[in-house]
Amino acid sequence: MITVSGLSKKYNDKYVVNNVDALFPLGKVTSIIGPNGAGKSTLLSMVSRLTESDAGQVMIADKPLDQWDSASLAKRLSVLRQSNNINMRFTVRELVAFGRFPYSQGRLTKEDNSFIDRAMINLDITHLQDRYIDQLSGGQRQMAFIAMVVAQDTDYVFLDEPLNNLDIKHSVDIMKTLKKLAEKHHKAVVIVIHDINFASCYSDNIIAMKQGQLVKSGTVAEVIQEQVLSEIYEIPFKVQEVEGNRISLYYR
Amino acid sequence: MRDPIKLFIIGAIAFIICALFLGKGLTIDNYQFFLSRRIPKVLAIILSAMAIASSSLIFQTVTNNRILTPSILGFDSLYVMIQVLLVAIFGGFSAVVIDSEMNFLLSTSIMTFCSMVLFHFYFKSRQRNIFTLLLIGVVLSSLFNSATGFFTMVIDPDEFTYIQDSMFASFNNINAELVYWCVVPLLLCFAYLIKLANKLDVMWLGIDNATSLGVDTQKLTMHIMFVITLMVSISTALIGPVLFLGLIVVALTRQLFRTYQHQFLLLASALVSIVMLAGGQWMVENLFNFNTTISVIINFLGGGYFLFLLMKHKFD
Repeated sequence: MITVSGLSKKYNDKYVVNNVDALFPLGKVTSIIGPNGAGKSTLLSMVSRLTESDAGQVMIADKPLDQWDSASLAKRLSVLRQSNNINMRFTVRELVAFGRFPYSQGRLTKEDNSFIDRAMINLDITHLQDRYIDQLSGGQRQMAFIAMVVAQDTDYVFLDEPLNNLDIKHSVDIMKTLKKLAEKHHKAVVIVIHDINFASCYSDNIIAMKQGQLVKSGTVAEVIQEQVLSEIYEIPFKVQEVEGNRISLYYR
Repeated sequence: MRDPIKLFIIGAIAFIICALFLGKGLTIDNYQFFLSRRIPKVLAIILSAMAIASSSLIFQTVTNNRILTPSILGFDSLYVMIQVLLVAIFGGFSAVVIDSEMNFLLSTSIMTFCSMVLFHFYFKSRQRNIFTLLLIGVVLSSLFNSATGFFTMVIDPDEFTYIQDSMFASFNNINAELVYWCVVPLLLCFAYLIKLANKLDVMWLGIDNATSLGVDTQKLTMHIMFVITLMVSISTALIGPVLFLGLIVVALTRQLFRTYQHQFLLLASALVSIVMLAGGQWMVENLFNFNTTISVIINFLGGGYFLFLLMKHKFD
């Protein structure tokens, strides 16, 4: 369990994240939604130690974030940002193998290799393993990066807009994989996501933010409400129940 | 061709060139004299080639940029400025200019000290961005250049000849004692880099991913910068400014070898660098009869290669 309390970040006296409390329980997918500039990515990168916070506390498994040393934290918590520009040519397998770095420091064991194989099977990219990542499509690349995070086998997985620029099939595949990670492997999966219908269909909990503030957090049924969403996005929303999922309509 | 085979071939070429330097015209009567002069020279070539290649390679890794060398931090300009200042202040016949051991110690310590001061302020500040550091380096190096220009105007034209020597790299009058001094520190730096190689591999993925994989990127960058400073200061004070070589060597190494592993790349770039530097020096001695310096040859070939790369990318 990760507990966030009173977390804040400001740039030149302007708060981009202001006094946010949140819980990220194991075994659940938690989505962070909100308009551009709401502070979603900043919140995610503060909790995953990529950005320093200005105030507040992050407790990871009952231990404050700043007391973890980076090597052992890497076995418990992984994070993937949205843009991954790489100056070097790697094959897909080499990239996924980096996920085992916290355990093997670059010298792969038999166990590491089986983790790598399973991660690639999970993401269905085994057939691509010898291709170079700069020869892949955006969707395949994203799958490879997520496979790296899966191979890292951490309790807490943070992903910043994993569906960015992906087609429908890849998006569904990735969300299904994340759901499986949470349910079957009992991990806490936290994603920043723009597509609220994907968030609604695959999340357990949703955190809604606006202008650095937490507006509402809770289960899907509690957050995916016409009134809540209209307030966050400042446009009219209709929410309908379709086959047990709460689907938002806001297109016209 | 596979990478290890290529590495073996380049290693063999490097070995042959070094052997040529050592063995040319050696007889039973003269070998003591020749070897006592040639061994330091070949050692100087090998050491500085290694230092320049590995410092450039890891500098590109930590800055995540493939066209930078540590010279952007102003090492070359600082070195030349130190030389000019020493002449301007103490005169061309003073011990700090003539005595190469004293000059070496002074230059290395000033260069290391200045970089440490710069890094200290940089790593202490909260807003750390590697490009801020590079920008400061660019500004400082043009400041040093201007200062050098100013003082060369001020000093006696006769004394200027002392400086001219130090503005270009040269192996022609290497001080043997100095070369042996450099062996241990440079080898230690190199060994330390090999030890860090696996962490450096992770840096290819960018700062965020490396952090996620448990590398303390801030600490690693700091250590790497210190090692770079040491290697560059020592090699510059030993043979003079040739950091441009680093750019060519690393680019060539990356063209030749597919791997991303620093352990391999560090070794490969060192060998490529030895071939380039020793080959260049061979040209200086045998083709040009000492009428030119190694810097000129490296800058000419390197500039040509760089233009070639630019054109190639343009038409690709």
